[in-house]
Amino acid sequence: MPDIDVRINGIRYQDHVEPRLLLVHYLRDRLGLTGTNVGCDTSNCGACTVLVDGTGAKSCTMLAVQADGTEITTIQGLAGGEGAGAPEDWHPLQKAFNAEHGLQCGYCTPGMIMSSVDLLQRNPDPTEDEIRHGLEGNLCRCTGYQNIVKAVQAAAGELRAAGAPGAVVGGQS
Amino acid sequence: MIPAAFDYVRPASVAEAVAALGEHGDEAKLLAGGHSLLPLMKLRLASPGVVVDLGRIPDLRGVRDDGDVLAIGAMTTHQAVVADPLVREHVPLLAHTTAMVGDPQVRNRGTLGGALAHGDAAGDLPAVAQVLEAEMVLEGPSGRRTVAAADFFVDYLTTAVGEDEVLVEVRVPKYGAGWGYRYEKFNRVAQAWAIVGVAAMVRRENGTVAEARVGLTNMGTVPYRARATEGALAGAPADATTLATAAEAADQGTDPPSDLNAQADYRRHLARVLTRRALEAASGA
Repeated sequence: MPDIDVRINGIRYQDHVEPRLLLVHYLRDRLGLTGTNVGCDTSNCGACTVLVDGTGAKSCTMLAVQADGTEITTIQGLAGGEGAGAPEDWHPLQKAFNAEHGLQCGYCTPGMIMSSVDLLQRNPDPTEDEIRHGLEGNLCRCTGYQNIVKAVQAAAGELRAAGAPGAVVGGQS
Repeated sequence: MIPAAFDYVRPASVAEAVAALGEHGDEAKLLAGGHSLLPLMKLRLASPGVVVDLGRIPDLRGVRDDGDVLAIGAMTTHQAVVADPLVREHVPLLAHTTAMVGDPQVRNRGTLGGALAHGDAAGDLPAVAQVLEAEMVLEGPSGRRTVAAADFFVDYLTTAVGEDEVLVEVRVPKYGAGWGYRYEKFNRVAQAWAIVGVAAMVRRENGTVAEARVGLTNMGTVPYRARATEGALAGAPADATTLATAAEAADQGTDPPSDLNAQADYRRHLARVLTRRALEAASGA
């Protein structure tokens, strides 16, 4: 079995994996990082979105071996602090999805937030239209997207006020 | 959904990739960005014995200015194509259309070469390659050869790439400021294939159409050029009536499929309507 050497949420993992193991299954079943959801499993819905070297990827459509040598951030690596998940440590997008109620059942939320991170890194001040197009890879069956857009707008304002749109992912390298 | 078991090879050079293809023959399948191949493998519609991952061959990525053409590495991601200043300046139709491929995550991983070598006539980029008159550079055991887009797409999911060859580069002529362009895509959601797509380029001179090119997505097993429309426009006045009349011939010579998204006659209708819209936008009429 091939070896992989990958950094996930700031922690280095060296592992043997079967070539056909999908990245999302490696994250969930091997590492227990179940914050990343499997939605459609057909590359459509984006629930499984993680950041691979800083850009959004559907982890159901990537082999774990393809992640060798990369740095991955999942929803569970987004908050600051020591990983206890205290609300004050949340990423501005996590806070905004909470404050604006950018979810109903919450299943799409981890992927929606990771795609929003990618979007705001590229475009710190998106229009509503740019947010909607920027999140085309993520499907939500509950909200109608209205509060998701509001949450991204709120977080974008927060991040711009903090003056660090490029530092969205935090210093894990 | 989990793919059938396979062996994994990750060559560090094109020569190593070609050698792997030679060694494993028709058991081997090349993996580019994986956004066509992996879904097929998960559905077990494809079960290659050996997957040859091109992801770690640096020579296959990036856009190079090569005189009158841009040389685009086959493993350049869609997102890199969209963002590339050379592509935006010299081949804006490619940047414009690539920005409509799939969704952001797909564009982050999917590649230009992968999309062309997959040869899906429902994909957006094959029709664009036809219109741009791009050339595909293939490397095999006996060296490199170049295939014009017109000869590259052979049949359903079938291209001119041999079993022992790797698509390494896409060469696209630079187009000057005189060319207008547009890709019109009709689909339900970002992830859905185009039910029909139309790529148009128009070069105007003194109020007339000096040259028009029209490429059709998902109007048959291969991406077609709408030759009757192109012929009707050569030297014609660039006004809305002329463009609309020419667009009526857009579906001539095509063989559109009927599936759960659309019947063939509806696709023909879409091809004519979208061709008119694309030509109007591309010609500024």
